[in-house]
Amino acid sequence: MARKFQPQMATGNDLLEGDVVYFTSDGEWSREIGDAALAVNPEAAQELLARASAFPNRVVGVYLVESDIDDCGRAAPAHFREVFRTRGPSNYPQHGRQAERS
Amino acid sequence: MYRYDDFDREYVSARVAEFRGQVERRISGSLTEAEFLPLRLRNGLYLQLHAYMYRIAIPYGTLSSRKLRQLAMIADRWDRGYGHITTRTNIQFNWPKLRDVPDMMQALADVEMHSIQTSGNCVRNVTADHLAGATPEEVEDPRPTAELLRQWSTDHPEFNWLPRKFKIGVTAAPHDRAATKTHDIGLIMRRDETGAVGYEVSIGGGLGRTPLVAKVVREFLPKADLLPYIEAILEVYNLAGRRDNKHKARLKILVHETGLDTLRERIEAAFAVRKAAFLGVSPALLAEIEAAFAPPAFEALPTAGFERAYAADPGFRSWVDTNVEAHRRDDYAIATISLKPLGGTPGDITSDQMRLVADLAESYAHDELRTTHEQNLVLPHLPKAHLPTVYAALKGAKLATANAGLVSDIIACPGMDYCSLATARSIPVAQGIAETFADLDRQRDIGPLKIKISGCINACGHHHVGHIGILGLDRAGVENYQITLGGDATETAAIGDKMGPGFAYDEIVPAVERIIEAYLDLRLEPGETFLEAYRRLGAEPFKAALYQAEARSNAA
Repeated sequence: MARKFQPQMATGNDLLEGDVVYFTSDGEWSREIGDAALAVNPEAAQELLARASAFPNRVVGVYLVESDIDDCGRAAPAHFREVFRTRGPSNYPQHGRQAERS
Repeated sequence: MYRYDDFDREYVSARVAEFRGQVERRISGSLTEAEFLPLRLRNGLYLQLHAYMYRIAIPYGTLSSRKLRQLAMIADRWDRGYGHITTRTNIQFNWPKLRDVPDMMQALADVEMHSIQTSGNCVRNVTADHLAGATPEEVEDPRPTAELLRQWSTDHPEFNWLPRKFKIGVTAAPHDRAATKTHDIGLIMRRDETGAVGYEVSIGGGLGRTPLVAKVVREFLPKADLLPYIEAILEVYNLAGRRDNKHKARLKILVHETGLDTLRERIEAAFAVRKAAFLGVSPALLAEIEAAFAPPAFEALPTAGFERAYAADPGFRSWVDTNVEAHRRDDYAIATISLKPLGGTPGDITSDQMRLVADLAESYAHDELRTTHEQNLVLPHLPKAHLPTVYAALKGAKLATANAGLVSDIIACPGMDYCSLATARSIPVAQGIAETFADLDRQRDIGPLKIKISGCINACGHHHVGHIGILGLDRAGVENYQITLGGDATETAAIGDKMGPGFAYDEIVPAVERIIEAYLDLRLEPGETFLEAYRRLGAEPFKAALYQAEARSNAA
């Protein structure tokens, strides 16, 4: 049996700031992972990547990554690398996105 | 210290202007990311997990107070008030903004620093023994050689696009603190039977995916032949090194696949041609470089105050015993400033700490500082008379941890807390181990022990040559840590032996503790170091300690 398709999101880094950003369903870029558009099948994922790659002078290193879905139906990190990208370095809680939330 | 001449100054200024233009064109969109990427890497600018990272060269780890103060200024003005000393004796800033980097670069140029060739497939920052010029052991100061190689390799037209990055390390002491055997080219300065100084040349060392210890390709190379011989090695590598597979592109693979003897013949043939055409390094230039590394004007100061403090203050005594080494002069010392405080991040230093250390170096230690590949700082020329004052100042800034060379003096790469290549975290593992062995008496009882942690197979944390090496991997979406034992980065270089299955993030620190407990049980006497015990006993008793306890807990 084929493995069930895990929803995917498109993410990258802001060209000027270097921050982690996520591609949203309204074709914008957000610093909140919960805003990320989710692709629920392989065709939609490729289309999402194509749309997200159309900002070469704003966002760099765009890639697709598997996403979990939280209780509110929003994108959430699936892999630990993506968890760290939503937070910042674990040695300095005062740096990275985690600083804004605490 | 080496001072830029007009050529260096113009060259670095031109590079700042060039990079400023490249950044502007990238921002305006006239350069694509694919075009910009190799240009920014050439200048030490990476895009990491959370932000850009800017890597600055500290040639052969040598700094002055002026340079360190400027790094502190850069950290405060354009970054987040701290820097990270790397295992190649460079410094990295973790939070620069793209628009600011040309200004940071200009601020570096103002104090004769730069970030050129800190990345890319070129000759990287040449590293040297961090005790160069100060240790009583050495034949002579290896840094003029390192500086000559820096000047020769900077923007060398023939060797600017090598198959892969290229690292050169040089030492002139029998005890190899520069890990020369893990470099593409390792140079050890020595005397021949006539007393002339030259180099033992080794090639093909390296860590990463395929760890290999460098092999001696020339037992003795006369000093005057250095550049044509190095050019011959690079020529052969540049032409024959693999460009089809990034993982097989380093010189070590060429040495391994071609065989040392065949490669030596090719190098010697290329050398004969190059030497015949080589006009020699200008004696004036050589003299200028050597003069730049002349010893400071040592002063004879009474050491009675030092001896009194040593007898009276146990904290000072323990710091001196652990962090202070013999200098070439009896009334001087070499002091290691540990950047491994309990709870800290290996190699990190705040801008305030940078300014304090700069002040101490300027006031008490002939204005000289070193960064080490073990991610610490060194005051190489410190009169013993000033040791108590310097210790007190360092202590006030959390820079006097008496752990140099001990279990908590851990090398750790930035790992997945910063690095986009990482497969697992390194820093919290180092912190966990340091926490477990927080008691300095316990650390001293364990004795000399080098733990080195890498957060991916690229091995920036030198795990293969750690007495205890730890490699963080991603195993099916979970952090997993592999242990190697018995590695060694010194003159008795060895790649560590891989133990069995890896350990989860919350299991790795207890696993390390079991290895160390086993060593304490197994050593013949307290003087037998971990590495000696491992070499005597082999892996088995340590494997048993690692996995039997686990088997018991699984059975329970």
